Amino acid sequence: MKRFFAWLLLVLFLFSAPSISASKNLILATTTSTVDSGLLDVLIPLFEKQSGYKVKTIGVGSGMAMEMGKRGEADVLLVHSPKDEEKLVAEGFGINRKPVMHNDFVLLGPPNDPAGVGSFKSAKAAFGKIASSGVLFVSRGDKSGTHKKELSIWPAGTVLSNLWYLESGQGMGTTLMIASQKRAYTLSDRATYLSFKDKVRLVILSEGDKVLLNPYHVIEVNPAKFSKVNAEGGKAFSGFIVSASTQKVIAEFGKEKFGGVLFFPDAK
Amino acid sequence: MQNNFSDIIAIILLTLRVSGSALLISVIIGISLGFFVALREFPGRKILIGLINTGMGLPPVVVGLLVMIVLWRAGPLGFLEWIYSPIAMIIAQVILATPIIAGLTLATIQQVPQKMIWQAKALGASGWNLLWLLIRETRLSLLAAVMAGFGGIISEVGAVMMVGGNIRGETRVMTTAIVLEAQKGNINFALILGGILLVLSFSVNFGLTLIQQKVKKS
Repeated sequence: MKRFFAWLLLVLFLFSAPSISASKNLILATTTSTVDSGLLDVLIPLFEKQSGYKVKTIGVGSGMAMEMGKRGEADVLLVHSPKDEEKLVAEGFGINRKPVMHNDFVLLGPPNDPAGVGSFKSAKAAFGKIASSGVLFVSRGDKSGTHKKELSIWPAGTVLSNLWYLESGQGMGTTLMIASQKRAYTLSDRATYLSFKDKVRLVILSEGDKVLLNPYHVIEVNPAKFSKVNAEGGKAFSGFIVSASTQKVIAEFGKEKFGGVLFFPDAK
Repeated sequence: MQNNFSDIIAIILLTLRVSGSALLISVIIGISLGFFVALREFPGRKILIGLINTGMGLPPVVVGLLVMIVLWRAGPLGFLEWIYSPIAMIIAQVILATPIIAGLTLATIQQVPQKMIWQAKALGASGWNLLWLLIRETRLSLLAAVMAGFGGIISEVGAVMMVGGNIRGETRVMTTAIVLEAQKGNINFALILGGILLVLSFSVNFGLTLIQQKVKKS
């Protein structure tokens, strides 16, 4: 009898996972940078408390996040890959694209700067110098926003030969580790770099160029295309993240932990 | 903040829940399947055995990808809304562990001397009696099969990451939390989680070992 109750308890424990009413579920597809930086750990609980929705945050590359939007597998997107976003909206998969915030990218490299790019103001020129010198460069290679940005910076006609151009196929953090270990150059968003600064031997060699800006937009997935999309939830999240009080939270985020602002609010 | 104590407890409980449920289901299906295939003759039996043996080495990411496609909103089972939930993770783990348990059960039962089965039958054992006798006789190997199945799913990361989404407080288990923390560069925290996972795995296996060795004496 005792044994029976022990088994019963075990089965109850295993299958008692709380169920949540489906229509209150909201799938947010976003980039690894917003998850890894911890920003969403602050914003999501605020939104859930205000709206009553239960958010399922899926942190993937911008490429995959956009694909989920295209297939109606997410309700709302928070991404940073402007050209693809415009295409997504033009094709009718996304609606109400609004600017949320931005941070910027920085070109990182070994402290001794073997390719000598530190003196260039233009990011394009710095990239060109890396390509011509043949020093290792580690690319994300995962169609993420960072990868797309990097591809757009190489001067026209640059051959990305695998003699010096390595594709990690992984997230920003792992890519920084690889670049550090291989004494290579890489492009990173500032937020991830700041949180890794103590762990990698990489320094900022080029920053501030306009092409290095990294804007994030919120996009609702078009409910006219996919009947299962939670349109109201998507709208609620979109409204929440551009609201004045949320924008203030974004502006304050990271001051304590990193000693610097990670994201600059952009919503009007 | 994200490293706080209650988060770790939630992750441990969810890990036990998901892998425990998956193990229970896999054991029921896997052992039944193993017995059935070992004791019955039917057309296509060799092919099924081949499939089970292949299944013992299924690549978890492929399983994850397939489960994800099936459970997606646009997929055939999308209406259930199971994607990015613990249920999706359990399904993926069951698919991974069942062939391991079935394959090892099959090998175990096929090794039982035919003479013993005849003898039991001659003594009047049939149906469920015979089955129970076989389970008792092969308990050592069957529990080893269960442990192998458990080992396969508690350590798995690719599939649960894909179908669970690694959502904090909901589908984040030990392995996916370790990947995330390592990605964030929190190597020390990742190591602590890794240590806890090993202790967890040891505890469960030690429990199973106690059952196994107790049987041996009696």
